[in-house]
Amino acid sequence: MGKVINIQPVTRIEGHAKVAITLDDAGNVADTKLHVQTLRGFEKFCEGRPVEEMPRTVCHICGICPWAHHLASSKAADACFGVTPPPAAVKLRRLMQSVAYVSDKILHFYFLAAPDFVIGPDADYSVRNVVGIIQAAPEIAKKVVHMRHLGAQMIEAFAGRSIHPTFSLPGGVSKPMTEAERQKMLPLAQELLEFSKFSIKFAKENVFPKYLEAIKSIGVIEVGYLGTVREDGALDLYDGKLRLMKPDGSYDDFAYDQYVDYIGEWVEPWSYQKFPYAKKWGKLNFSLDNPVGVYRVNTLARINVADKMATPLAQAELEEFRAAFGRPAHYTLLYHYARLIELVQCAETAVQLLQDPEITSRDIRVPITPRAARGIGCVEAPRGTLIHDYTCDEQGLITKINLIVGTTHNNAAMNMSVEQAAKQFIKAGKYDQGSLNKVEMAIRAYDP
Amino acid sequence: MAVKVVEDWLNACSGCEISILNIGDPLLDILPALEFVHITALVDHKFFGQLGDGVTMDIPEAVVGIVSGGVRNEEQKHELEEIRKKVKFLISLGSCACHGGVPAQANMWKNDEIFEKVFRHCISSTPAPNPEDPSVPKWTPTCAAVDEVVKVDIAIPGCPPHPDWIVEAISALLAGKTAWSLPERSVCDTCPVIREQKSGGGPVKRWLENMEFNPEEGLEKMRCINEQGYLCMGPVTLAGCAGKTGVPRCIQARTPCRGCFGPIRKGARPMVEMMGALTSVGLDPKSLVDRRAMMNRYIGGHGFLTVLPPRPAR
Repeated sequence: MGKVINIQPVTRIEGHAKVAITLDDAGNVADTKLHVQTLRGFEKFCEGRPVEEMPRTVCHICGICPWAHHLASSKAADACFGVTPPPAAVKLRRLMQSVAYVSDKILHFYFLAAPDFVIGPDADYSVRNVVGIIQAAPEIAKKVVHMRHLGAQMIEAFAGRSIHPTFSLPGGVSKPMTEAERQKMLPLAQELLEFSKFSIKFAKENVFPKYLEAIKSIGVIEVGYLGTVREDGALDLYDGKLRLMKPDGSYDDFAYDQYVDYIGEWVEPWSYQKFPYAKKWGKLNFSLDNPVGVYRVNTLARINVADKMATPLAQAELEEFRAAFGRPAHYTLLYHYARLIELVQCAETAVQLLQDPEITSRDIRVPITPRAARGIGCVEAPRGTLIHDYTCDEQGLITKINLIVGTTHNNAAMNMSVEQAAKQFIKAGKYDQGSLNKVEMAIRAYDP
Repeated sequence: MAVKVVEDWLNACSGCEISILNIGDPLLDILPALEFVHITALVDHKFFGQLGDGVTMDIPEAVVGIVSGGVRNEEQKHELEEIRKKVKFLISLGSCACHGGVPAQANMWKNDEIFEKVFRHCISSTPAPNPEDPSVPKWTPTCAAVDEVVKVDIAIPGCPPHPDWIVEAISALLAGKTAWSLPERSVCDTCPVIREQKSGGGPVKRWLENMEFNPEEGLEKMRCINEQGYLCMGPVTLAGCAGKTGVPRCIQARTPCRGCFGPIRKGARPMVEMMGALTSVGLDPKSLVDRRAMMNRYIGGHGFLTVLPPRPAR
């Protein structure tokens, strides 16, 4: 056994990871691993904390998607206290989620992923980044920086904090929206929608056509999918049932509080990140040739499991996408395309909610009383299905917590995509910086 | 000439980096003045060579080093020490880097207990030995703030720090200054709510209902949250969460402060002082549920949160 190529850190992603590629004596890929190197231990140090403090504590798991954790936690806490928040509170939670996700999707597409496509996968690393984008397309860059920030400003003006929010609580939210606030926010949401429409049009015309070859070759695998859909099968990011789809498109639906019956987690000695798998499909095997139990989450998974999008413009985009790539679509780089379809839905949802008269209702929180219970909350985080599972004692203090966060579901699939890309681009000892970047592109698509 | 900068996240959530992006439009004016020779979030510079064949961690020389996150494992510690050697000024960005942050609540347990729970007692996981392959870095004995490991020149606290302060601190360095810090004021000093130095008395209320306020009126018409009977860490927390102009961010959401900017000055004892503040408005501080973790939520480094010895048998 020969040389080990050590890609560290994996860059333009949102976590801490490295890739090790082991070559055999002939210089071909013998083994690949995506190592996740950090562990913080939230599952332990949340023990003893009051349930009502959880939504504003666990959001610190991720500074890029704090709203996803904030809301999954709020739903778990609602369930612990046995309450249903008033409709206006749910609408405000959904509104904040939609606006936060618009910012997140702009961030990922333009700041993290676009350098590979706009500057090029083989370009020198010193220009293959957001600064390179600013030089190559200053007008678009200006707009992107402004629009990503606009979402954050909208949230801060109303809910105080965009990163690590405190707004959502068991039983509802901390404050109602006034008519003046609604009127201020609506035109801004419409601006976000216009920019979202521009973004998907821009990508369809200027980005995806040029990279069809890359889309068909980088990180390609065929596995299952998991995501949330409403009762009518439409894609929903805040609530619904879970749909677990096999690679052939057949699926099972189940309530998210039954997740333990369907999802197991495996531990490997070489990664702090666990490996969730579909229990009913057999023992986890994430070899390229014969994968068992592997499914993916995040944008591509969601648009694959959904029968339709929840809003009209996003639905038109989904129809165009499906005509081109079918259902389920398996090419890994299509995550980027799917991300932009969701961007449109998030922006449309924000506008719709701000046009809903009920959003300014004063009825935004129901009373809560501590009791011993178990509560499970689930939302779709930008990076995939996010499950918070709490057990508390009669004082409402946490005794047990289990978390499965978005990117973790993709662990096995990301390892497979890394292996596929490494084998594709490293042969007989020949590789360069561009080949190694293409291995990272296979990871980046998952937006981990 | 652009100033060379190294930036990296250690035991962090990436919220600090998002806060850098939240500088917004002025970001495009600032970026040309900086040359990021390493920033994991945005630029593809690698520690072990661009072809992954190096054997030692290569951190480029730079004038400014910015690190977010505390120190949780041996590799982060090594990287931090390397960064310190290669930069002239080191900035600790955010409360994890300055005080340990939320992840330093882990310091209330032994490392073994945490691994035991994560890898052998989670309901959806098949119990397994701890990952101990050499590819996953070993945990350090505690989750530490950056200045427990190396010398820090400038601290920008906050969870996340406000973009105004990131711009101000970096601009100060670019202008040739060697120090910068936030003024020593409390959140209450910047909070517009009505204070009468008294509450209804009794135990500190759990946060099970919303604050009393009229949503059509500004914060200047709302009663202080401590005086409404709830815990608000404003009295012992450094001001600045809303930047140069706004009102404290959590209060803006009509929710209590939990101390994300950390203590007002070095040597402060926020828990003792906060208990005093509650007493001074007539509340019983000992009644506060989960007091130690609640009052040290963001500052578990520097020995503020530790494993307590087992209680003696009665």
